Amino acid sequence: MSVSVEEKKGPAPGDRRHPEPLHEPLVFERSGEGKVGYSLPPLDVPETVAIPEVLCRPDLAGETEISEVEVARHFTRLSRLNFSIDQALYPLGSCTMKHNPRVNEEVARLPGFASAHPLAPEEVSQGALELAWRLEKILSELTGLARVTLQPAAGAQGELAGILMVRAALAKTGNPRTTVLIPDSAHGTNPASAHFAGYKVRELKSNARGTLDLHVLEEAMTEDVAALMLTVPNTLGIFENQILDIARIVHGKGGYLYCDGANFNSFVGIAKPGAMGIDVMHMNLHKTFSTPHGGGGPGAGPVAVAESLVPFLPRPTVERRTDGAFSLDHDRPESIGRLRTFLGNFGMFVRALAYISSYGNRIGDVARGAVLNANYIRAGLAGVYHLKYDAPTMHEVVFSDKKQTASGIHAMDIGKRLMDYGFHPPTISFPLIVYGALMIEPTETESKTGLDAFVAAMRKIARESEEDPEIVKTAPHTTPVRRVDEVGAARNLVLRWRP
Amino acid sequence: MKFLPTSDADRSEMLRAIGVSSVEDLFASIPAEVRQPADLPPPLSEIEVRRLLGSLAARNANARESAFFLGAGIYNHYISAIADQMLYRAEWLTSYTPYQPEVSQGTLQSIFEFQTHVCLLTGLDVANASLYEGASALVEALLMASRLCRGRTRAVLSAGIHPEYRETVRTYFSALGFTSVEVPIGPDGRTDPKALARAVDADTFAVAIQSPNFFGVVEDWKVGSDAAHAKGARAVAVVAEAVSMALLAPPGEREADIACGEAQSLGVPMHFGGPVLGFLACRAEHERQIPGRLVGETRDADGRRAFCLTLSTREQHIRRERATSNICTNQGLMALASNIHCSLLGKKGLREVALQSHAKAEYLKREISKIPGWRIPFGAPTFNEFVAEGPEPASPLLSRLARRGILAGVPLSRWDPDAPNRFLVAATEMNTREEMDRLVAALKAGGTGDRQVPRQDRP
Amino acid sequence: MNPEELHYTASHEWVRIDGDVGTIGITDYAQKELGEIVYLEMPEVGHVFNADEEFGTVESVKAVSELYTPVSGEIVEVNKGAVAEPGIVNDDPFGDGWLIKMKLTTDEEVGKLMTAEQYAKYVQQEEKER
Repeated sequence: MSVSVEEKKGPAPGDRRHPEPLHEPLVFERSGEGKVGYSLPPLDVPETVAIPEVLCRPDLAGETEISEVEVARHFTRLSRLNFSIDQALYPLGSCTMKHNPRVNEEVARLPGFASAHPLAPEEVSQGALELAWRLEKILSELTGLARVTLQPAAGAQGELAGILMVRAALAKTGNPRTTVLIPDSAHGTNPASAHFAGYKVRELKSNARGTLDLHVLEEAMTEDVAALMLTVPNTLGIFENQILDIARIVHGKGGYLYCDGANFNSFVGIAKPGAMGIDVMHMNLHKTFSTPHGGGGPGAGPVAVAESLVPFLPRPTVERRTDGAFSLDHDRPESIGRLRTFLGNFGMFVRALAYISSYGNRIGDVARGAVLNANYIRAGLAGVYHLKYDAPTMHEVVFSDKKQTASGIHAMDIGKRLMDYGFHPPTISFPLIVYGALMIEPTETESKTGLDAFVAAMRKIARESEEDPEIVKTAPHTTPVRRVDEVGAARNLVLRWRP
Repeated sequence: MKFLPTSDADRSEMLRAIGVSSVEDLFASIPAEVRQPADLPPPLSEIEVRRLLGSLAARNANARESAFFLGAGIYNHYISAIADQMLYRAEWLTSYTPYQPEVSQGTLQSIFEFQTHVCLLTGLDVANASLYEGASALVEALLMASRLCRGRTRAVLSAGIHPEYRETVRTYFSALGFTSVEVPIGPDGRTDPKALARAVDADTFAVAIQSPNFFGVVEDWKVGSDAAHAKGARAVAVVAEAVSMALLAPPGEREADIACGEAQSLGVPMHFGGPVLGFLACRAEHERQIPGRLVGETRDADGRRAFCLTLSTREQHIRRERATSNICTNQGLMALASNIHCSLLGKKGLREVALQSHAKAEYLKREISKIPGWRIPFGAPTFNEFVAEGPEPASPLLSRLARRGILAGVPLSRWDPDAPNRFLVAATEMNTREEMDRLVAALKAGGTGDRQVPRQDRP
Repeated sequence: MNPEELHYTASHEWVRIDGDVGTIGITDYAQKELGEIVYLEMPEVGHVFNADEEFGTVESVKAVSELYTPVSGEIVEVNKGAVAEPGIVNDDPFGDGWLIKMKLTTDEEVGKLMTAEQYAKYVQQEEKER
């Protein structure tokens, strides 16, 4: 699908190659009176409405009337307006867009999982409970931490759960403390989660290496600080090589070391967070463990904790009884409570267990592949794009547009131009400490051929930025729509179709 | 490993280009003392993965192989084959958050359509791109109400709200200095309007009621709206069985300010409780306080209709600790499933599903009430779920029935130890009269008798 | 390009003093950094602020910035035109794109703000540190 970058000139205006009609009407606009897209058996009990009329609605005005075949076409055509991992390299930094094995999808749809109900009696739900129990054991082994809650629905909810556990543990000693420390390179969910856990946020300035400065930490780490939230490796793809000193400083003042495990895919199976002095860490099953991103969810954000935080885990936990049967334990008086209904995003647990089982004790190859690929891209683009922090790269590398801004080209333009070469853009403008950031994460599932094509496209765009900046500034030229007016969307909000 | 496309020769070439001699050299910044391999079993082939997960799946009773009457927030409704098969398309499954609208119009337009379905069902102006699930959707709705009534610290919740939702609210509120006050339900199963009004004061930012409530009883949203508005608070309508919105008066029409809850029953499999599909809708004047993602309509550089994420400045990636919420994702694939489902069923189908579910539950309720020693404790109208009370403790009875292939209901004893004999029974369009009669016969027999042969011919 | 007669803050607001009334806006540099502005959140008339207090926010599509009062005083007017058409702030930040007018509590605070020349140097430094 990617355009050959050997050709002299890159795709230009008018080179739109999209085969479909570029626009698909809204499903509501495809609706036609009298059409039907479903079938139900005839009602086999007496028809009745035993609810007072004032509490009922007369109809569903505005809803669709459409046949199945039109629905099939509509959603198939819409899908073709999306870029996806199965199409080509999707180097969205920090999002870990790796291949999603299809056997995971298949097993997640087994009736014993997809059609199982969370409140069925435990004795007829033993397979589901055992699956959750096994996944917890595996994540506990991989993190080197005592126990894991699978309940959080996504990484951000995992962060909240983790900090609430810290709060509960500190409150038990008489003082929940007031502040959470967060480096300036952190993802926005960290400060937001700390805020919703009732803490003030103090931002720590990164050092010239792009990592945490021990002096800055020592000065900030008082007995008023509940936790340091640290992303390891950080959002620059740089490992905190002083992690053991960091843990010592935090623990020295009675605080907890929280690890944002969004980047666990760069060291899973190679090193253990528990050994680093990390007390609590969330993981994103959709990143490290390859559950599909699905156009933005569902995720799952399990949280691993050290022994000291186990009493505070969300309710319920899954336990194996002495007779070997599995059951839910709701009777946990020190628990922070619940963050959502039922056990969590169980369907994601199924996929993650299938994925981890496929790798087994070779799971470290995930990290090896991810780090190798990121470093290969770094080597291919060094000197062409500016690298603000040149410490060793783990699973992702953050360049910037600094060399291109002189010609009026910004990171966003480079990202848009990549679409013309058949790639998804990297993460743009994040982390915030790199101005004009291009955050590239290839993941371990990209072949050398794919990486070479990406590097060639990026190099070509760098050349175009000097020789023909206009074609970059006005990119993309070949996508289903051209640049969209986000300013207009925000100034004049249209958030739904109206009948 | 079949998911890793790098050959040994590729690796050598790549290492040469990087300028290191081995992959391990790339991990030099990780201190040696923390490096530990994982103690896991050897890798499994695809056949073995199927076998392992298949053996776990086989040990779960499920709606395909049982007479199934479980509800309490997760329901077994019809899902067309096309809805799930569409989710397999790589363009839906393996794409991500539509940050780059030029290559994400499919996802963006689908979310825009989903937002429209939610607005039509709730009778409100604006809906977001979805939230995790029902309980955290209620939390987000309450926090939104708190921003609309700055300085106030209390939320009044009906005890008819799903107990796990209320527990979730307590978790989130604990650290924020907010309190939730619970108003009990009356003897007929409805929230007592007078008690509700009394509980609301000038420090109250929200009044939330659920309909149908946890006991299946239909509430009038207006009771919550009136109680809230009398004191300048916001009325939050909670829906845990979204199919009901096709039959019952929508929250917006009954003056609720925010509607939220769980839309699993609109096209999402039960998944042992997750992933499911939270939703949130509100009036247009409050749209800047809505949490989570929003898709808006706009134009591209050539003037054609296009869609993009909008009002992002409310969100954590820009506003950080000052964001309206810490949420970073929606339930993209589930929202797509629900969009497909709602579009297929549409105006007539959504309503027919609601009417059938209601009629079947009415039939079952009547038949159970006729069994000697059994009664229906709440007299108010119900939608598709109701409380049944028999002559013996429910949990052991339900376990006996489950072993006979009948998943008859959800015992209430976990939430109400004083009602050991009560349980919730739900019916949907998926239930046949034959299996409802079988349930009634089994209840009459006290849950004993031969194990039924599991049905394999279910849709 | 930064008008000489204005006084500037490190958070990129400016104030023009006219008797005991200060007109406040954001600088040209600030509007360029934000990009096209889509929304302004402004305080109510009559609200009293100390110097360096947050009085509102300005939003573009990709960024949001809190606004801080350069001086203490009471809000006497909000630029309704800018609230309705926030693009004015991009087009004319020092003129029609002003945001609020305040009745000053004291005339002693203005002296602590930056001159146009100092502000230009400050911006230069900020750009260099990127």
